Amino acid sequence: MNLIPLSAFDLSLAAALVILLALLSVRMQLGIARQLLFAGLRTVAQLMLIGLILKSIFSYVHLGWITLLSMVMLLMAGREVMSRQKYRLRGWWGFGLGTLSMFISSFSITLIALNVIVNVEPWYTPQYAIPLLGMMLGNTMNGISLGQDRLNQSAWQQRSMIEARLMLGWTWSQAIADIRQDSIRTGMMPIINAMAAAGIVSLPGMMTGQILAGSPPMEAVKYQILIMFLITAGTGFGTFVSVWFGSRRLFDERERLRLERLQAS
Amino acid sequence: MIATMKLVVKNLQILNLQPWSFDLPAGECIYLSGPSGSGKTRLLRAIADLDPHRGELLLDGFSYLSLPAHAWRKKVAFLPAESQWWCDDVGGHFTDYDKTLLLQLGFTEAVMDWEIARLSSGEKQRLALLRALAQAPEVLLLDEPTANLDNKCTQVIEQTVEQYRRDSGIAVVWVSHDIEQISRITRHGWVIDSDQLREQHL
Repeated sequence: MNLIPLSAFDLSLAAALVILLALLSVRMQLGIARQLLFAGLRTVAQLMLIGLILKSIFSYVHLGWITLLSMVMLLMAGREVMSRQKYRLRGWWGFGLGTLSMFISSFSITLIALNVIVNVEPWYTPQYAIPLLGMMLGNTMNGISLGQDRLNQSAWQQRSMIEARLMLGWTWSQAIADIRQDSIRTGMMPIINAMAAAGIVSLPGMMTGQILAGSPPMEAVKYQILIMFLITAGTGFGTFVSVWFGSRRLFDERERLRLERLQAS
Repeated sequence: MIATMKLVVKNLQILNLQPWSFDLPAGECIYLSGPSGSGKTRLLRAIADLDPHRGELLLDGFSYLSLPAHAWRKKVAFLPAESQWWCDDVGGHFTDYDKTLLLQLGFTEAVMDWEIARLSSGEKQRLALLRALAQAPEVLLLDEPTANLDNKCTQVIEQTVEQYRRDSGIAVVWVSHDIEQISRITRHGWVIDSDQLREQHL
């Protein structure tokens, strides 16, 4: 079986549904119609653009271009992480911490996957490298932004408690230990839920795509399992790194709680 | 546990206050008074190294910078006006405590099983004092510890601190704006007058 190509007409039918939804939300005064349509337009534009870029990268395989695209993806994900937080670290930390954590976890795990597990030749074959990295970034982005958001918000709300512990001679790490654990748990919850529900509640997107494209189901399943585990590891390690360094940053060299390092967005 | 260390504060400076210097030998008590918003709490927090500040703090001749910050705060305990609790029961906040002190504060050991949610503000503050002293500090910084308490509870706290100071030799800095309370606890202290710190002997 081969993939049935979609025509522009097919896509406009799907788009019509979204427009219908927007009309309904105008009528209901939900105030999200503009957002909805704008996001829809962004989807079209961004995906078309990446489609064009992938097309040229696939036909002209060069490590430099692939690295450049990866960096752009990373920076966009870092911006997304920052903008999703209610309280974020001031200055470069706000952007840098999330981006660095994603870089450490997503890039290293994608490299391991390409070189050791999938073992594709050359290892940067864009048909594998780009989608893998994209899935890693998309998911670690969620975990890191959830964990970071929880950490900063809890520290903000529970400042008196943290300081009370400091007054009792606790170290900075002891004083924020339970908030840190809680934040890491929050960051990892979505991916744990996704693993638990995989195949029962939903068919994961990548597997669906491969089956639509004609892959044998068992091959698609194996790839999906691989991806799930990689994403879990990436999200977990990324969340650990960002919550650990993020919590350290809330204290100065004299272990004082410095919440003025946070800003409300 | 006997406290023997002398606290020396040299040119401690925060906000727009003039630098503050004083010596506080073991076993002595001074008060710090001034209108609200004048920086009493901030000065006390600076002595516990909870806020950035200028100036030097020495305990037993050693700079606060020679110790990790948490070790400094173990020796220089800070008791705020309002205590914080994070476990469900009282016992979760104590690994060790002074049994005599517990009785003196009007509790029995059964208090360790009590729920935090059911404590009155007076009970909380007395337990907070027990908790602060359980770390065997050399210096005790009290930030209006009886601000929200009734007379009886205030009396218990004053007497317990006084007794403990005599027995253990701990040094005490007591922030209060209640002149009657000050006259009960000590004769020597400092008053914040606009941006100046003035030494006073009652």
